[in-house]
Amino acid sequence: MTGTELGWWGVALAVAGGAIRVSTPYLFVSLGETLTEKSGRVNLGLEGTLLMGAMSGYGASYLTGSPWLGVLAAAASGALLGLLHAAVSNLPRVNDIAVGIALFIFGTGLAFFLGKPFVQPQAPRLPTLALGGFSDVPAIRAALEVSPLFFIGIALAFVMHWALPNTRWGLIVRAVGDNAEAARTAGYPVNLTRTLATALGGVFAGVAGAFLSLSYPGTWAEGLSSGQGLMAVALVIFARWNPVHCVWVSLLFGGASALGPALQTVGVTGYYYLTGAAPYVLTLALLIASSSRRHRLAGAPGELSINR
Amino acid sequence: MAGSSFDSRRRFLNEAGRIVSAAGLAAAWPTLVRAQGKPITVGFLYTGVRQDYGWNQAHTVAARQISRLSGVKVLEQENVPETAEAEKVMESMIRLDGARVLFPTSFGYWPFILKIARRYPEVLFVHAGGLWKEGDPANTIGYRGYMEEPHYLCGIAAGRMSKTGKIGFIGAKPLYFIFNNCNGFILGARSVNPKATCQVVITGDWNNPVKEAEAVNSMVDQGVDVIVGNCDSPKVVIETAERRGVYSCGYHTDLSALAPKGFLSGAEWNWGKGAEFVRAWQTKGSYPNLLRGGFKRDMVKLSPFGRAVPEAVRAEVLKARQAFADDTLALYQGPLRDNEGNMVLKAGQRIDNEDNKYKLGVKFLVEGAIGKTGLAR
Amino acid sequence: MRARAETALITAGALALAFALFGLFLLANRLNPLEVYAVLWLGGFGTSFSLQATLTQAAPLMLTALCVAIPARAGLLVIGGEGALVAGGVCAVLAGVAAAGLPAAVGTALVCAAGAAAGGAWIAMAGALKHRRGVNETISTLLLNYIAIALLNHLVSGPIRDHTVSLKVTSWSIPQPYMVDAIPGVGVHWGLALGVLACLAAYVLLRYSVPGFAIAVLGGNARAAQLVGLPIGRLTLLACALGGAAAGLAGAVEIVAVHGAASSSLVVGFGYAGILVAFLARQNPLAIVFFAFLVGGISASGGLMQRRFDMPDAATQVLQGMIFLCVLGSNALYGRVRMFRVARAGA
Repeated sequence: MTGTELGWWGVALAVAGGAIRVSTPYLFVSLGETLTEKSGRVNLGLEGTLLMGAMSGYGASYLTGSPWLGVLAAAASGALLGLLHAAVSNLPRVNDIAVGIALFIFGTGLAFFLGKPFVQPQAPRLPTLALGGFSDVPAIRAALEVSPLFFIGIALAFVMHWALPNTRWGLIVRAVGDNAEAARTAGYPVNLTRTLATALGGVFAGVAGAFLSLSYPGTWAEGLSSGQGLMAVALVIFARWNPVHCVWVSLLFGGASALGPALQTVGVTGYYYLTGAAPYVLTLALLIASSSRRHRLAGAPGELSINR
Repeated sequence: MAGSSFDSRRRFLNEAGRIVSAAGLAAAWPTLVRAQGKPITVGFLYTGVRQDYGWNQAHTVAARQISRLSGVKVLEQENVPETAEAEKVMESMIRLDGARVLFPTSFGYWPFILKIARRYPEVLFVHAGGLWKEGDPANTIGYRGYMEEPHYLCGIAAGRMSKTGKIGFIGAKPLYFIFNNCNGFILGARSVNPKATCQVVITGDWNNPVKEAEAVNSMVDQGVDVIVGNCDSPKVVIETAERRGVYSCGYHTDLSALAPKGFLSGAEWNWGKGAEFVRAWQTKGSYPNLLRGGFKRDMVKLSPFGRAVPEAVRAEVLKARQAFADDTLALYQGPLRDNEGNMVLKAGQRIDNEDNKYKLGVKFLVEGAIGKTGLAR
Repeated sequence: MRARAETALITAGALALAFALFGLFLLANRLNPLEVYAVLWLGGFGTSFSLQATLTQAAPLMLTALCVAIPARAGLLVIGGEGALVAGGVCAVLAGVAAAGLPAAVGTALVCAAGAAAGGAWIAMAGALKHRRGVNETISTLLLNYIAIALLNHLVSGPIRDHTVSLKVTSWSIPQPYMVDAIPGVGVHWGLALGVLACLAAYVLLRYSVPGFAIAVLGGNARAAQLVGLPIGRLTLLACALGGAAAGLAGAVEIVAVHGAASSSLVVGFGYAGILVAFLARQNPLAIVFFAFLVGGISASGGLMQRRFDMPDAATQVLQGMIFLCVLGSNALYGRVRMFRVARAGA
């Protein structure tokens, strides 16, 4: 194995590799939140859901020996927390943003409480597909070690993008999210729809967590998530509630996250905190640029409390 | 000067105490365990979780050893931040649990220890930092191993095993002991391969798995094939390195199980020394206020070698280890340049391995390092 | 009067439910709830030492809760207390260092004012973005939290780092005379008094002053406020600035009363815990004092619970999350409890 001095190409490669690696959890949480918000709910508690997913995925994988069962367990715990969010938010006069923050605290605490026994053991990890086999350069090979979840996520994005305008269920979700009164008059079950959408959003967030603990970085520890769950809400907004846009935005964020350490390896040191803040600054800048006082954000569901 | 004879007597006692305790611990261990001491509660404070395959785990291993001493009850509290909160926790252990010996294990607890030690002279505070100096309260102890020595040994292994001549060091924060460890690693590697270079990445957090994994990946993309991680839990660094198929070295505790193919060796603490402080406090015996040392004082250990390390390299590493123990090998000796071209030590200059003042003031990275400390000189 | 009683009863009921649910959670983990609650009491409120610890925890919570409660009155949901606190802490240090040599009281006041101003400006930014560009304030303040923390870490490890301290990464210290001691006899620093005063001031301001009333109108119905001709933009900025100033003051208090210098120790979650306190208190500044005390007590007892039961300290987060969810859910009961229903006109 001959190493090659890649210099700035190394940075580009690291950013590309990071974009693929780190984007997957962003992709899943943003898809989940897109669905939830399309139905008219905001779920800020996805960070807690993500961590619960990471913990239960890791734990289940360790206890059963199968990482895919871990993913299933993560999905299940995500669904439960999503149901909790929906149950409380469905009550009259309850602010769903506040519920999200409460769930963030609750989910995070629960994840770390139940996850104590799993910090030390090593759980079997999800397999990766070696797509870079064509290359001799180890760096390219490594950058193209992709988890199947990445492709599942992209597939889900396209499915969602097709399903929302083209299936009956998608129509109901959008109707409920745009104008709850009208939907109710038309006979659609508003609360049930939102409950299902939020639960499904939770499933996605749980799977995102499972990716973190079972694929990359592939460990269960405090500090595993650096706010990916909370970022989902911002991501969804400037993906304009469009599932396919979520794919591009997630890739962008993944790349931005990988920038910091990559720059240091070519000697650009001293700004590691600032490069770490790059995703947040990027989000804020794009949010400012794309918001306008006059129009509601294009594509925003009418019932979303954050748009009122 | 009045008081000088007292000072020298105290210094003599300290020195004698150090020698006795260092040499005697191993021999006295069975007796220590069996000896009757009055019941005493010992409190441990951790900055993270105990089973972290890292800094805290090294301490909880020592806590287990100490809990086996007779008459000793050990209480542990995790996730105590390095803020005034730590002072509250220590006080809580003293007032609500009756603790009489405290092990605040995180480096940043020291200023709070100094404040609280004066208020509770009946409690002994043992700090894994080695920062004690004249004038500090007598009921405090600083102890710490010089990890740059085992890092040097790992550097030798790295220098021999690396095929590209590029090694990597991931550090958490820009603090002096991180720089010393880094320098040790590079100096060891360059002692067998004078052309070796070392990528240095500072993540900025004691604990950030994503950044640590990204740092490993970036380094490997740049051709690095031996990596060591100085963060609270090097688990992610070692596992990621193993997955990329490069070699790795451990830190804090024995991490060889995490990387069956790529593990070379590692730098470990020997915090079990704390047991003798507890015993001394229990029996009103004497104890040193400051115990710093490397291999000479048995304050650090080398992890078991990984499968990949051949016999010849092992022998070379162990020879250097012996040289540290015999004090014939000095880590910092001239001629020595830093990585910005300045001559830091002239030919013939030699810094004693226990010269704490020098080590505290290290603000440079030695030649061969690619990276900066970020500190003004 | 009836409304107050209703609030108190429903809140008490929600708290009781939360403690019961947590008790079930403990049972599921093979712990005895009664024992755990006894230790919670002991660690949070049972001894004078515990009370001191609780009050020390409560002081910053009162201020960061105001960062949520005051903008809430204007109909805004701001969660940027953490960022405002950090901004306040950094500017407090900068002010203290730049203006050394003043008489102690003046210096301390200046440092606190600088912190409050910085926090106010930080959140006012979000308010401006909301008014001018319609950027949702919840998300912008959330992002600003992360940005503030990154700036703090960057400044503290570089441009304003105190290099004479080699054992931790910390900023320059403010002059020693500017530091503030404990309130005599109470054993807690003066930040506690500031917190209580700030809550009182906020209550009076919001309820009895003209700008306070205008803010309430805005919060009640933005369209109506516009029709009446209220200066929406200025009121938005005012509400945000006041809330941010409170959190910034909390940051300054951390500097003058606890640390003396800025470092990553400023980031301990006071901002987020303040959100919890504000919601428990239903955004009422007077109730904030009580709930800061309660939440502070739970946090303060966490360590003792951890040691006595070998329980992970995440347990206090689980409890706080449950309390939060129950209190939020109890919002649905207002107007439904028969005994408090006001007789309808004409019925």
